[in-house]
Amino acid sequence: MKADVDQSKNTSPAKGDIILAVKDVSLSFGGVKAIRGVSFDIKRGEIRAIIGPNGAGKTSMLNVINGFYHPQVGTITYKGEQRQQMRPYIAASQGIARTFQNVALFKGMTTLDNIMTGRTLKMHKGIGWQMLRMGPALDEEVRHREVVEKIIDFLEINAIRKTPVGKLPYGLQKRVELGRALAMEPELLLLDEPMAGMNLEEKQDMSRFIIDINRQMGTTMALIEHDMGVVMDLSDRVVVLDYGQKIADGTPDVVQADQKVIDAYLGVAH
Amino acid sequence: MVGLGNFIEVLSGGLLAGVLYSLVALGFVLIYKASGVFNFAQGAMVLLAGLALVRSLDFFVARGLPFAAAVLLALIFAGLVMAATAWLIQRFVLGPLINQDGLTLFMSTIGATFIIEGAAQLIFGSDVYPLKLYPTDAWFALESVFQGGILVNKLDVWGGLIAGALVVVLAVFFQRTKTGRALRAVADDHAAAQSVGIPIGWIWFVVWLVAGLVALVAATVWGTKLGVQFSITFLALKALPVLIVGGFTSVPGAIIG
Repeated sequence: MKADVDQSKNTSPAKGDIILAVKDVSLSFGGVKAIRGVSFDIKRGEIRAIIGPNGAGKTSMLNVINGFYHPQVGTITYKGEQRQQMRPYIAASQGIARTFQNVALFKGMTTLDNIMTGRTLKMHKGIGWQMLRMGPALDEEVRHREVVEKIIDFLEINAIRKTPVGKLPYGLQKRVELGRALAMEPELLLLDEPMAGMNLEEKQDMSRFIIDINRQMGTTMALIEHDMGVVMDLSDRVVVLDYGQKIADGTPDVVQADQKVIDAYLGVAH
Repeated sequence: MVGLGNFIEVLSGGLLAGVLYSLVALGFVLIYKASGVFNFAQGAMVLLAGLALVRSLDFFVARGLPFAAAVLLALIFAGLVMAATAWLIQRFVLGPLINQDGLTLFMSTIGATFIIEGAAQLIFGSDVYPLKLYPTDAWFALESVFQGGILVNKLDVWGGLIAGALVVVLAVFFQRTKTGRALRAVADDHAAAQSVGIPIGWIWFVVWLVAGLVALVAATVWGTKLGVQFSITFLALKALPVLIVGGFTSVPGAIIG
């Protein structure tokens, strides 16, 4: 069954099918309403940006999608199935990977090991074999290492593969985090401010990686970003949140010209 | 020559006794490493493991089983008891406290300590139970070199060998297996670990299970040395210096310490 899915993905990208649909989702913490009745969808193969001022509920939305938060109201349909009770590891096993706003890496581990954790769900051989590093487990480890090495090459982080990630500069940590998410071979990749705190050159590198991932691997992405130039360049469609509500949804051009969006960002003169 | 002989005798005796303490310290390190929690209950777990072992051993021997088979069955039984304990701790103590800070979790393990101590003695009795799994007699080494040889306690040697083997197994487990990698991941960042598909509850269960099994091994050695009794729980306190010297996060460090 898995093979069928992969094949259909390869032969026909099926770009345009809806992979994830969020419908009337509301989320509150005690009295604080983080998201209020938001609906939008993400189509297979696109880069979907989620933008909005600070506190608009963007990160909360990603947390809902990958199962950290459970919305009180509304439904989420992923790959045609409406979700019931959700847990992050279930989302991961269904092909949703993510990065975090403040890099969340395993600081004591090397770059290589960090990215290898992304393969956790794909390793199935017995623990005895793994400890002996023999037989089927060795084949498996080697196979996964190959995938990981490819990702390391792709992200140009070969020089730091054995470095504990806690010692790396911020820009590289963000890259390693992206690598770990890629190692999961996700169908839907959620990126929470992948370029926050980066300088121009790092931003350009990261943009290039995001476009390459999207074009070459056909990975669908949802992206939160504050840099408007980046958002307008990268994304196919943009959804704009403000105070937990959706205020605009459409192509970058349309959204950019929307009066409500301009007001939200610049403030309205009273 | 007598002076040197004495010196070596005292040195080896001291080192080997230290190794026995490090068996207990290992349990602390494991849990601290994987969940960032200082597990106050480790001493109580050694007691529980020891009691479960010695009582079931007596039971099986009384049924007329050969000693080796009885030991095996008793070890399996005690292992199951530790697994059940790990599950209960994860389910009812730590599970509801995911994402709380270290001090809160530490306090909860103090609570768990009293429950385990109480329950263990309630179920298995509170007398001193002798346990004899290893040879305890003295052994005179190097008699040809030193007059009278060097007095070494065989039990201490066994304890040393077991501790060494445990460290190798655990180090391999942490470094090579996907579960070991997941354990280290959980210790560093809960949210990130969850996002790559690691179920935290399961990982914590594994950690406590491994700590429970280490406690069981420690109990076999200490039970033979002192008899299985309540005072075994205080070993945990004596193991503290080992921990502080060796570092809270290092398995080999616990042994060296």
